[in-house]
Amino acid sequence: MMSAERHEIKMFTPLTTGLLIIIIAGAVSVYKRLALGLGATTNLQDDFPWGLWIGFDVLGGVAMAAGGFVIASAVYLLNMKKYKPIARPAILTAFLGYLLAATAIFLDIGHPLRLWHPAVMWQINSIMFIVAIHVILYTTVLAMESSPMFFEKIGLKGVQKFVEKIMMPIALFGTLLSTLHQSSLGAVYLIVPEKLHPLWYSQTLPLGFLVSAVMMGLSMVSFESILSTKFFRHPANMDILSGLARGSLVVTGLYFILKIFLLVKGPGIAAAFDGSMEAKMYLLEMAVGVIFPLILLVLPAVRKGMNSILLVNCLVIFGIVINRMNVGVFGMLRHAKGRGISYFPTGNEIMVTLFMVAAGIFLFKFAVKFFNVLSHEEAEEVH
Amino acid sequence: MEASFLIDTTKCIGCRGCQVACKQWNQNNAEKTSLGQTFTNPPRLNARTYTNIAFFEGEHGNKLFWNFARNGCFHCKKPACVSVCPVAALIKTEEGPVIYRAERCIGCRYCMLACPFNIPKFEWEKISPRIQKCTFCYERILDGKLPACAKTCPSGTIHFEDSIEKNLKEARKRISENSEKYVNHIYGENEAGGTSVLLLSALPLDQIGFGKVSEQVLPDLTWKYISGIPAVIGVVLAAGIGSWIITRRNKNMDKEGE
Ligand code: SF4
Ligand code: SF4
Ligand code: SF4
Repeated sequence: MMSAERHEIKMFTPLTTGLLIIIIAGAVSVYKRLALGLGATTNLQDDFPWGLWIGFDVLGGVAMAAGGFVIASAVYLLNMKKYKPIARPAILTAFLGYLLAATAIFLDIGHPLRLWHPAVMWQINSIMFIVAIHVILYTTVLAMESSPMFFEKIGLKGVQKFVEKIMMPIALFGTLLSTLHQSSLGAVYLIVPEKLHPLWYSQTLPLGFLVSAVMMGLSMVSFESILSTKFFRHPANMDILSGLARGSLVVTGLYFILKIFLLVKGPGIAAAFDGSMEAKMYLLEMAVGVIFPLILLVLPAVRKGMNSILLVNCLVIFGIVINRMNVGVFGMLRHAKGRGISYFPTGNEIMVTLFMVAAGIFLFKFAVKFFNVLSHEEAEEVH
Repeated sequence: MEASFLIDTTKCIGCRGCQVACKQWNQNNAEKTSLGQTFTNPPRLNARTYTNIAFFEGEHGNKLFWNFARNGCFHCKKPACVSVCPVAALIKTEEGPVIYRAERCIGCRYCMLACPFNIPKFEWEKISPRIQKCTFCYERILDGKLPACAKTCPSGTIHFEDSIEKNLKEARKRISENSEKYVNHIYGENEAGGTSVLLLSALPLDQIGFGKVSEQVLPDLTWKYISGIPAVIGVVLAAGIGSWIITRRNKNMDKEGE
């Protein structure tokens, strides 16, 4: 029985020990940030107010969470039953992703304890306000979406069944929020047409962020499923993995067309080959995150093999993270340089980021051990 | 009333009286600096320096020439900083000044990112940091007094008016009466959709630190997106509910078939 094996997941493997070391070291950095302030612990400065935490943790983290809404809408809105076994891990990942993004914002803003201000001091012209409201609402939705496994654990079967009954409106609301939130993160940068490098700035940033978040989400879900088969000895479901890969193919194709269109219409193809740091970063992002995955996904054999799918997933995840870093950090450097400054994160900034990544993986493992995350389907069949 | 400065940099003698007056009025401490390649000091605006005089050596009419440029907030007509602030900590007052309400600010620094003139500064070294920038001496204006820097200026460089239009007229007049003295560009007339602070210069503006800023009203760029949100909500809801109904019906038909 799967559920029997599930409980055999060991808490103290070398991986977890490593994670714990990073978490403890990172907690010191988090404490330093809170005790000493941003100036003393980061390289952020007047002409470069947003750095690694916004580029990686917030933009990247939220994109990683997109799997939650993609799978939730497939299962609960499109009634694609096949994907039900991965709904729980997908939603859980999204929940953790958002929690970590919210933590990053908490540490990044100058007044962490005023994090709640946007909820009461509305300013609807501000994308930041819209983003903040979405984070609050969607974290609530995700908590509700993942609550059945919690109720199941503490034995409240009735509540669990009730929440599962009203899943459709919850999922619909979640999909709505995610669509808006993913695109709004792109819209954050609409206001800086002269600061963000033209390789990334365009009026279609919101659409680009949405489509690439879906790519990222599909890959994350597939990536996790494969890793859990490898680490947690959960049986592989190639039907699901191939289905996700087909989905990725379509979305990556669309994204490729959008990116090329924007390049040609915007700065021109030559801009990607002028040898500048930005051009190199752009090519890296395109090659790793879009072009290689697309070439691979077109091949039917790739979509059928677990290891080849895993490779594609890694490429996409890495590539889209680079995209977010390009928009949030690398694409903004040219403007900063024009004003005589440069930016590279401090060790403290990097440690805080590692802390959050490690905490995310750790919490996921923790949830898998104590809640019925991965073997939901089997558990259902037993009934 | 619409407060406005006309800053005629050709009149400036580089005394930095405005810098000092601004610090005094706003009780901003002095800071330790050192001379760089120019005489500009402090070298850039920061959380304790709302205005400074930048020194530029240039040639004008074949003569060596110093152009002194006063930096500071432009108090845009449609300020990007105000539009991006999630908690309305920055607001555009009726009288023109863009002011800051520290108790609301969450310190997200989006205003710094968005300002096309890179004006808002942050108290990086503090645990409870504020955004800092020129206030246009809002309280003084409300009291019917001149802003501290304008009041101090001995050369008439910083000219205050209660109407942008009046200052624009004056600026145009100066350029047309003295066309060999000025470049034909009123910086701030159209930059960022128009600002309350207007600059005149002998050297091209980008040579005295005022880079090209497009005439685009920046908040419009985001507003286009935000105003589309209701439509997106409609489409997503319709598509979601629609596909739910359709897939449910298919499922029921499957069941009947069984
Ligand atoms: S110059 Fe910058 S800080 Fe001043 S009002 Fe305009 S956008 Fe705001
Ligand atoms: S840092 Fe403060 S003033 Fe600036 S946008 Fe954020 S909340 Fe508003
Ligand atoms: S208007 Fe007031 S705050 Fe602004 S630069 Fe002049 S003295 Fe300083």
